[in-house]
Amino acid sequence: MKTIEELRAYYETDLLPTLRVLDRARKKVLFELFFGILLAVASPIIALYFFFGPVGLMAICFPVWIGVIIYFAISIGKYKKSFKVGIIEQIIHAIDPNLIYDASKAVNRAHFKQSELFKTSWNEYKGDDYVQGMVGKTSLEFSEINVQSVTTDSEGRRQASTVFKGLFLVADFNKSFQGKTFVLPDTAEKYLGSIGSMLQSWNAARGELIKMEDVAFEKEFVVYGDDQIEARYILSTSLMERILAYKKKSNRPVYLSFIGSNVHVAISYKKSLFEPRIFRSLLSFKPIQEYFEDLSLAIDLVEDLNLNTRIWTKD
Amino acid sequence: MVVGIIVTVVLLSFALMYNGLVRKKNQVENVFASMDAMLKKRTDLIPNLVSTVQQYMQHERETLNELTEMRAKAVSGQLSADDKIALQNQFSKALGGIMVAVENYPDLKADQNFIHLQSSLNEVEEQISAARRAYNAAVTSYNNAIEMLPTNILASMMSYKRKNVFEISEAERKNVDVKGLFKQ
Repeated sequence: MKTIEELRAYYETDLLPTLRVLDRARKKVLFELFFGILLAVASPIIALYFFFGPVGLMAICFPVWIGVIIYFAISIGKYKKSFKVGIIEQIIHAIDPNLIYDASKAVNRAHFKQSELFKTSWNEYKGDDYVQGMVGKTSLEFSEINVQSVTTDSEGRRQASTVFKGLFLVADFNKSFQGKTFVLPDTAEKYLGSIGSMLQSWNAARGELIKMEDVAFEKEFVVYGDDQIEARYILSTSLMERILAYKKKSNRPVYLSFIGSNVHVAISYKKSLFEPRIFRSLLSFKPIQEYFEDLSLAIDLVEDLNLNTRIWTKD
Repeated sequence: MVVGIIVTVVLLSFALMYNGLVRKKNQVENVFASMDAMLKKRTDLIPNLVSTVQQYMQHERETLNELTEMRAKAVSGQLSADDKIALQNQFSKALGGIMVAVENYPDLKADQNFIHLQSSLNEVEEQISAARRAYNAAVTSYNNAIEMLPTNILASMMSYKRKNVFEISEAERKNVDVKGLFKQ
């Protein structure tokens, strides 16, 4: 399945029956939620009416509130799970039947660490919607991840700042190389021109600044690496064009690093990915199209960067 | 006091410009050396290629002999930088010819040895192309420095000269002539 038209046909024939069932489950959750809130609000009133005292109030209210919260955590969790198995997994298999999906897993944090894409220190790594498999000759894995730096201040308050949120992909690269090469969104040069470029060359933490000859590529990205020739060996003129096209297609900040034998790609998203609607009907094509586009963006990476072309010494 | 500061600033900026120029010149030499190493790698593949291919190729004897001769010239080590580049361009052309002719020999295309050689050659060609781009980037940065203010003043005092970028030969720049391929 490649096109929106194919997806629409698939939506009509295969997804709609499941969506109808899921939408009933969603309504049930909503209905329960309504009663749960009613119960949570009513419990202190009832307690005050019957017992009057603060001890009685607490003895009644806390168990009720905690019970309501636990109940909803479980019931929303169940709803999400059946949605992911019934819809997200089906869409993935319709795009490529060889891929394996696990709703609760994420790309191993070691990969994220190895990618060195984000220099800010982080201590919390979460993620879900893990997809893994071979696309042609290339192994690919990705998931949604949310990486945060969490600190607690002197008063014990938790403060979290996001280091990266979005799709994180790891694919086997089709050429072998030794060093590290980074392709990052170019903010300095875009806004500051040649002064920005000069500032970039002083960014010693990333290695040498590598000036590429592709002007359009240079406008969007900045390249760092530890070897001028190897960086150009990896970033052939055609790969630069492909990366640029991929960035335009995603319409989001895209970060790439070439380390070990892999290419790591991080695509930044503000929203949470592949989550079901709760307060709006599921019976609509638009959200399905969105899931499909985000999934295709990830799965098509191999084709878009032409990673299946293995005419060099690496098999 | 003021004079002292001015003198220090002037001396310091001179030192920085001087170091920058030297660094750029060395970078050009460094990348040229790497490129040379990759070109040599390709040259080293020739005997192997010739011995594998000649069992199959009947009509390309001449090109194969030419390749062997060129290789002998290349390893003799008595070539100037410009001659080296010219010879390598000839190499590219002859190798390209061989690779096109391979299409006429299905047995050769299936030969394991040849498949391995072909991927090695692709690899080397890709590395050469990367090295060439790196060399051109280094030369451009060097040329900019010796022609732009204020470093050009210092560069002329150091008698640094403009260097030429490595251009792709006419043979390589040409698109593949598909019609011509079918006529063969």
